[in-house]
Parts: sequence; C-alpha cells; structure tokens
Amino acid sequence: MIRLTGIEKRFSGNPVLKGVDLTVAEGAVTALIGPSGSGKSTLLRCANLLEIPDGGAVEIQDLRLEFSAGRRPSQAEILRLRRRTGMIFQNFQLFPHRRVIENVMEGLVTVQKWPKERARERAMDLLGKVGVAEKAEAWPATLSGGQQQRVAIARALAPSPALILCDEPTSALDPELAEEVVDVLRALASEGATMLMATHDLRLARSVASHVAFLEGGEIVEEGAPETIFSAPAEPRTVRFVRSLGA
Amino acid sequence: MPDWLQLMLTSFWPLLRGGLIFTVPLAILSFILGLAVGLLVAVVRLFAPKPLVWVASFYVWIIRGTPLLVQLFVIFYGLPSAGILIDAFPAALIGFTLNVGAYTSEVIRAALTSISKGQWEAAYSIGMTTRQAMGRTILPQATRVALPPLGNSFISLVKDTSLAAAITVPELFQQAQRIVAVTYEPLILYIEAALIYLAFSSVLTALQSRLETQFGRYGGFLERVR
Repeated sequence: MIRLTGIEKRFSGNPVLKGVDLTVAEGAVTALIGPSGSGKSTLLRCANLLEIPDGGAVEIQDLRLEFSAGRRPSQAEILRLRRRTGMIFQNFQLFPHRRVIENVMEGLVTVQKWPKERARERAMDLLGKVGVAEKAEAWPATLSGGQQQRVAIARALAPSPALILCDEPTSALDPELAEEVVDVLRALASEGATMLMATHDLRLARSVASHVAFLEGGEIVEEGAPETIFSAPAEPRTVRFVRSLGA
Repeated sequence: MPDWLQLMLTSFWPLLRGGLIFTVPLAILSFILGLAVGLLVAVVRLFAPKPLVWVASFYVWIIRGTPLLVQLFVIFYGLPSAGILIDAFPAALIGFTLNVGAYTSEVIRAALTSISKGQWEAAYSIGMTTRQAMGRTILPQATRVALPPLGNSFISLVKDTSLAAAITVPELFQQAQRIVAVTYEPLILYIEAALIYLAFSSVLTALQSRLETQFGRYGGFLERVR
C-alpha cells in the first residue's frame, strides 16, 4: 500500500499542498489531473522526496516517514524511501553522456551494486520490453522523444521499484510519439505495476488509470473511477475542468 | 652557417632543458593541484554553509585582484621575513597553484551550474546519493563544458611560468636570460625562447582538441550549429 497522508508543502510561504490524503492500492494506477499550479507535480515529487513535505506522512509498503516544518528527515531515511520509487520526467532527463544501455544499468550498478554483467542482462530485457533494444549502444541524443521516454521508463523500472511516478510523461511529445509511450505505460499497468502519474493527457488518464484524482488549489476536490470523473463528475469545479479538457 | 643560426643551435639544448625540467613540470603540477583547489572552491561556493563561502570568495578575490608576479615575490622574497623559507621551485608551485585554483574555480562553478537541475533529479530519482550524483552525472557533463576555458587557463599558465624566472627558478626563460648575459644577443635568444613556448602551447592545443572530441562524443546540445 502507498499512502500519502496530510501532505503539506509551502514554497516561500505560499501553500501549494494543503493537507492532501491519497492512497494508491498495490497494482493500481492513479492519475492526478488538475490545472497548472494545482500542485499535482509537487504532490508527485513529495512521494519520492524530491520535495520534502512540510507536514504529513509518506508511506510506501512497510516504510513510513513523517514530516513537520521544523524537521528534515535524515539522508539515510530519504534514500531508503526514494529507492522504493522510480520516476519518469516530462522531458526524459536521460543521462546524455551515457549510452542507452548504460542509462538503464546506472541505478543497478551504482546504487544497488549489481555486477555489471547481470545489470546489463536486466537492462537488455527491459529495453526489449519497451521496444528499443536495437538502440542499446546509441547515445540518447540520437533518439526520438518517444524512444528517449521509453528508455527513461526502462531506467525507472530497472531497480524494480514499488511505486513508479510519472510527471507529465507524454506532454513533451507529438501525438504519435505520445502514443508509443502510452502503449508502454498501459502494458506496465496491465502487468500490475503500481503507478502515480500527473498528466494533462486525457487518453493517458483514461486508458491507463484505474483511479483519478482531481486537484485544484492544493487540495483533492474529487476522486473516483475514470469513467465517473470524466463522464459524471459530482463537484462543479471538476465539471468545469473536465469540460475545459474537451472530454 | 650564419652566426645567428649557430647561436640558436648551441643554445637550443640549454633552453629546452630548462623547459623540460622546470617549465613543463611546473605547469603540469600546478595545473593539476590548481584544478583540485578550483573544484573544492567551486563546490564550497555552491553548496557549503555561508562562512565557508565567504572564506572561498575572499581567496578568489585576493588572488584575482593582485598581480601574479607580486604574489610570487611575496611567497619567495617576502615570507622569509616572517620566518617562512621556501625554495624557489616549491614557492613557484604554490604561487601558480593558488592562481590556477582561483581562476579555474570560476570556470568550474559556471560549468557545474550549467547542468540542469533535472539531471540532479534524475540521478536522485534512481536513488543516488549527492556524491554519486555529482561524480557520475554532473561532473562528467560539466567537464565537457569546462574543457575549452580550462584549456585557455592551461595555455596561459604555461606562458606565465616564465615569471618564475624572477624568483630564481632556472626555467626556459631564465636560461635565455643567462645566455644573453654572456652573448649580448637578446633578439636571437628571446625569439628562440618564444618559439619553444609556442611549440609547447601548440602541442597542448592539439591535446585539448583531442580531449574535447573524447568528452564530446555523446553529441547533443553542444553540437556545431550550422
């Protein structure tokens, strides 16, 4: 179980998250939707502590960390929690100075201390799974955006994280390249990966998520099954937002 | 054979010897040590608590704000009055190291900050510690950015080592001065010294572009814009 409880975050005094509660069931995919500045990216980044919450708790499996304004968790605690997560970024953020396969091996070799040969095998498997095995020895700069994002997915999957965070994974891609990425994420979801994603991409949210939460002004306004949220939302604010998406 | 060529040939070995025994080792050693100082100062200025940042900034301010020749004189001729006696070569080494450290710290700082925050986050997202992220993700990319300006610093340094002649280090330029003192042929000897410096820096320039190719092989944003 992945549980975010009462997450608060302020940026230079301005509250961005006002006590958000969110539970992601094992094997489920939750999509965070909401206008720009609603706090969905920040919430995602609080889950792997790229942002340290000012209050609340983050719980991933049997590890629970509590936060308060005065207390920063120790580096060891941060790393322990973070190593249970993998993250996919809007603009891929592959390591440009490492070949594709090295990007996928990096976490296994440097962080998990796997022997190189074993890491290479796992990396090759993952690259095959996301359909870019033939690019293993290429430099990231020579790949299309869709290919780069698929490599980034393989990199995030390599250490078998309990939770995969996707921050607008298709927003930097043309529709047809976004399609490739959506396909890969859908396959992952059907294999039982636990994911939390922030997205503007209706197709992504509809076809991959099993649960949708609508955020506005740092609060969850409404959550539920995708059909409910997109077709029959209860809250007026959700209605307005979903209409603006052209759903 | 004309006299000037004869003189050039007979003085060539003493000059080159001064270059190979003193100029080159002084340049290489002080550059390596200076880079270490520069990296340390850059990291301190970017990441350390305020008081350490002030110390580092103070060091850069002093070194960059005063002439190198004056710094060498303070170390070699000045410090003995305070009871600190340093031989000529180590004095020069200290002076050049401090100088390289101050200038390259700015280059390294700029190169480190040129790597996007997203790269740090990508490294953190796969569980790296700050040290691992720095060593495996940020530094290698920053090195590529820093190479051209660092090459500049190194070539300047090779030529600046001639200042060590003023604190009695028998390097290339001092050898030339000595021979001039007996032959009274300053034009020929100083041109010869200049040519040897030119040869040294040409080799270094070639080495630099090889390094740039090596570090730039992954392509991307720094590729030539057509």
